[in-house]
Amino acid sequence: MADDEDIILSELDDEELTLQMHDDLYDGLKEEIEEGVNILLGRGWQPYDVLTKALVEGMRIVGIDFRDGILFVPEVLLAANAMKGGMAILKPLLAETGAPRMGKMVIGTVKGDIHDIGKNLVTMMMEGAGFEVKDLGINNPVENYLDTLQSEEYDILGMSALLTTTMPYMKVVIDTMVEKGMRDDYVVMVGGAPLNEEFARAIGADAYCRDAAVAVETAKSFMAKKHNRLTA
Amino acid sequence: MDQRPALVPADEVLREQGLDLAAPEPARLLLIGCGALAHEVVALIAANGWHHMDLKCLPAKLHLRPELITDAVAGLVDKHRQDYERIFVLYADCGTGGLLAAKCAELGVEMLQGPHCYSFYEGNAAFAEHDDEVTAFYLTDFLARQFDAFVWKPMGLDRHPELLEMYFGNYTKLVYQAQVRDAQQEARAAEIAARLGLEYEYRFTGYGELATSLARQA
Repeated sequence: MADDEDIILSELDDEELTLQMHDDLYDGLKEEIEEGVNILLGRGWQPYDVLTKALVEGMRIVGIDFRDGILFVPEVLLAANAMKGGMAILKPLLAETGAPRMGKMVIGTVKGDIHDIGKNLVTMMMEGAGFEVKDLGINNPVENYLDTLQSEEYDILGMSALLTTTMPYMKVVIDTMVEKGMRDDYVVMVGGAPLNEEFARAIGADAYCRDAAVAVETAKSFMAKKHNRLTA
Repeated sequence: MDQRPALVPADEVLREQGLDLAAPEPARLLLIGCGALAHEVVALIAANGWHHMDLKCLPAKLHLRPELITDAVAGLVDKHRQDYERIFVLYADCGTGGLLAAKCAELGVEMLQGPHCYSFYEGNAAFAEHDDEVTAFYLTDFLARQFDAFVWKPMGLDRHPELLEMYFGNYTKLVYQAQVRDAQQEARAAEIAARLGLEYEYRFTGYGELATSLARQA
């Protein structure tokens, strides 16, 4: 996005540096993002502010251009990889400094499916938005989801599938939750290339999320409703 | 002997534009298919002397945007249904999440059974039994020839090979399902497996349920 050959990040003021980090995220420049994060922290920024103002805002721009067909999957992955570098620095600091928590989520790719690019993007964006995420990885049988949900207090279950042959397994998980009387305790969000709104409705999910940005907004919306119910 | 010109266009044309091939006799059956199947369908038509079949293939590149397949197929069915006694759709589900099957049922046309070509080439029942192939990446003849155009370049691996692990890190082997025996294609598939860092397995399938499904329509 920018011609940054001669840019020395440490010489930029906070606002310029933040904007430059948005550009560097867009261009997938991991080392520059890590350097930018360290500079802002060194200037006394709170880890949560670095996360939201520099990284999440940058990824929000990436998400918009992906949705609009300006960026494609490879560029989004490079951007995500750059953000991951920044997140690795921030994560332990966020835990120490008590950043706001939006809610807790369990996420995983369903049994028989090893595709995790979309799931990993959702995980990262959810963490960036203040959610605590337990990532179960790939090829998860129903027990993995249910045991984890019951192990701690979680709010959201996210399931991902890339294959037409594996996406019906989401219904197996939801049906099992119904059988065990725990379905209504969680918001169930589903996503993956072959899914659609109709499928999500048919299997009894609460929401279909077509991309990571939608997943974050959907999760925030459900958590706000839950909060309103609790405080009403 | 089949009188139609044995001219299936180059893979690049099948990928970008598709194919419109008229039978030498007035056709009663229209096949609407994926460009990735054109070589195989034309070979089956020629071998069996099915002179009553016209073939219209949509661009194979639709597989990169499977959400577009259902409307594209439905458009061709609507456009041509008055011209033929029957229409048969040569797509499996192909990533449409059941939407293509629902649309075909609504339009009253039959289609290939199964989730995708890897499955119907091998036989849907046999393919479904491969519980141990969750981590397998499949190639057909067409995909082996078109790997760079369908996978390598769209995934950006030509420009960013560092993404390979993110895309293929969970795979363990590449299964090349061969429709015809061809040493050159086999070498290409083996090279792709090496490029992806995956074990390589050769599996001759022939035309599988593509052939038996077409024979039932004939």
